[in-house]
Amino acid sequence: MKYFRSHILVGINETSVAAGVHDFVAELRQEINKHSLQEEINILETGPLGFFGKGICLTVFPENVNYENVKSEDIPELVSEHFLKGRLVKRLMLDSSGKFSPKFNYDQRIVLRNSGIIDPESIDEYLGVGGYEAWEKALLNMTPEGIVAEVKKSGLRGRGGAGFPAGLKWSFTAPLKAEQKYVVVNADEGEPGTFKDRLIMEGDPHQLLEGIMICARAVGATKAWIYIRGEYKLCINRLNHAIEQCKEYGLLGRNIFESGFDLDIEIKIGAGAYVCGEETALIESLEGNRGNPRWKPPFPGVEGLWKYPTVVNNVETLANVPYIIKNGAEEFLKYGTPECPGTKVYTILGDVAHPGLCEVDMGATLRTVINEYAGGMKKGFKFKAALVGGAAGVILPEKMLDVKMDFHSLNQYAAVLGSGAILVMNEHQSIVDMLWSILRFFRHESCGKCSPCRNGTQQLYSLISKIKAGEGTMDDVELMLTIAQTMQQTSFCALGQSPIMAIRSAIENFREEFVDITSK
Amino acid sequence: MYKEICGKYAPTKDNLIYILHEIQDTHPQHYISEEAVQVISDYLKIPSNHIYGVLTFYSMYSTKPRGKNIIRLCESPPCYIKGSDNILRKLKNALNIKVGETTQDGLFTLELAACLGVCGNAPVMMINDDVYGDLTEEKVDEIITKIRGGK
Ligand SMILES: Cc1cc2nc3c(=O)[nH]c(=O)nc-3n(C[C@H](O)[C@H](O)[C@H](O)COP(=O)(O)O)c2cc1C
Ligand code: SF4
Ligand code: FES
Repeated sequence: MKYFRSHILVGINETSVAAGVHDFVAELRQEINKHSLQEEINILETGPLGFFGKGICLTVFPENVNYENVKSEDIPELVSEHFLKGRLVKRLMLDSSGKFSPKFNYDQRIVLRNSGIIDPESIDEYLGVGGYEAWEKALLNMTPEGIVAEVKKSGLRGRGGAGFPAGLKWSFTAPLKAEQKYVVVNADEGEPGTFKDRLIMEGDPHQLLEGIMICARAVGATKAWIYIRGEYKLCINRLNHAIEQCKEYGLLGRNIFESGFDLDIEIKIGAGAYVCGEETALIESLEGNRGNPRWKPPFPGVEGLWKYPTVVNNVETLANVPYIIKNGAEEFLKYGTPECPGTKVYTILGDVAHPGLCEVDMGATLRTVINEYAGGMKKGFKFKAALVGGAAGVILPEKMLDVKMDFHSLNQYAAVLGSGAILVMNEHQSIVDMLWSILRFFRHESCGKCSPCRNGTQQLYSLISKIKAGEGTMDDVELMLTIAQTMQQTSFCALGQSPIMAIRSAIENFREEFVDITSK
Repeated sequence: MYKEICGKYAPTKDNLIYILHEIQDTHPQHYISEEAVQVISDYLKIPSNHIYGVLTFYSMYSTKPRGKNIIRLCESPPCYIKGSDNILRKLKNALNIKVGETTQDGLFTLELAACLGVCGNAPVMMINDDVYGDLTEEKVDEIITKIRGGK
């Protein structure tokens, strides 16, 4: 094996592709070769690096330096200064003080432990870090009941929003006798501000596939579908490529490892509807229908796709499974809290110093996430509120910065952890505007199947528009609460039950803003 | 042509979404015509009202002819607070059309979209399959000019 002095990790994602990263890498290679550094400096094209700099971003190991917005014309300077002479190019650095490094917690990661480190397009690299060992173990050394029991013991809860225990969900489907069972992966990610699943898939597609395989084995499914939104082109390509590699290596297909177990994974592409993230609407969409939710029960685990038992899990949920099976539930239980073991992947946006992607222990406080993982507030900005969980989430004020972020603790604040989206607002931004934008979103995304939500979202939008225009009264504000409460009690699916979250938290925590604007 | 596309897929209802995607993507005007619906209906043996139901449910499909470049600007909260409204105004001015309309030369259609999942670079828009992030009014000008020049 060659020994490299430094590794340059180049983040390949939608943004860097748009900025011309492929040409950039070719030029960088040329320049490295020109200085005969190819034996010393390794260039690795990889997935998300864990921070969102502008344009093309690089991380250099072992120096652990992050460069952002690097352009072709910077290459000669970068190579001659950093890689030849060992002097960092300050002007391109993400944080030139060097104090903050968003990548410091690799050893605490589960889901993202390979992201930004291995080449996501190479199955050999995944195998090289112990990939598919869990699959082999699950298939050859464990019974399906044993897998379900291990996942149950790990306390893994669904990461798609509702936090339902994954092992328990599997245990409903596993014992059923059926001609056919399915696993469906929910990769429809439509919650505004959420794109952790995209980054998980872009950064380490094989880990997700391995999780799907283990789940399929546990519940006895021989076919799995990944339902992914049409916009996620890079994910779709990477997953397709990864599936092909698995077939080649005999990890998928017929009689895998001579165990007698068959499994096939296929990708299905969505067509743009937030409600299709709801599991029964997603199943309708897979069947070629409008994405209107179905009545539950029966739950999909009993009667799902084409009426066959179907386990629906989120991308992040399944991405945790290989770790649990390989290392055992005990190891997983060392992370997070007793009620909510493990980690959570967040995307932090808005007025923080370093917006980005991070994986943090369940139960960490919002303050910790913002200060330690996102570098605190952006210079010159003061914290006002954070929208946690996307449009279906809550608006938390400063006094709740110490709330613990896990399903259990957040539920006590009538909130949900939701999708892991954290949007930080500064003191100049208006809560009324924010709520207006959220309610506009719901009005647009209501599927129209039931009247409380179809009419309710419409009325809520009219009321908040009136208030925003300075023509509303406090009675209108109260009316919004009443309508949203009624929707919560009577809507057919969770979409219509969610607007109350944002509305109540906005009005309770920032009442003075509503008083101000209605008394003008 | 529509028949050929249909023929690539097994004639089962679950393939409807894919057939619609491919027909729309390969049509120069990025839409699903009445004729296409009829062909699909015959092929899958499902009534055309079901197909229209599906077609009008999902935001990615259109029953109206559209331009060569479909601009989808995200208007969800994270992009909104980063000024997507200003970008929308700029786009409307630069193209001289309203939301949902196509420019006279057939080069651009302007649409609004919910979160595109690239919020780290808000405000964001997609033009066909390409993502454009960290938008400013100047950047919008550059992008439009570039596409106009390249046709
Ligand atoms: C309107 C709506 C949108 C949803 N969107 C998503 C989504 O994008 N991704 C997801 O995994 N779950 C989403 N869910 C939750 C799913 O219905 C379901 O609970 C989840 O996929 C189960 O997986 P988990 O147990 O692994 O979390 C959504 C629910 C609702 C009501
Ligand atoms: S609550 Fe809204 S999204 Fe859900 S079924 Fe009713 S109308 Fe559709
Ligand atoms: S909110 Fe605009 S891309 Fe997500």
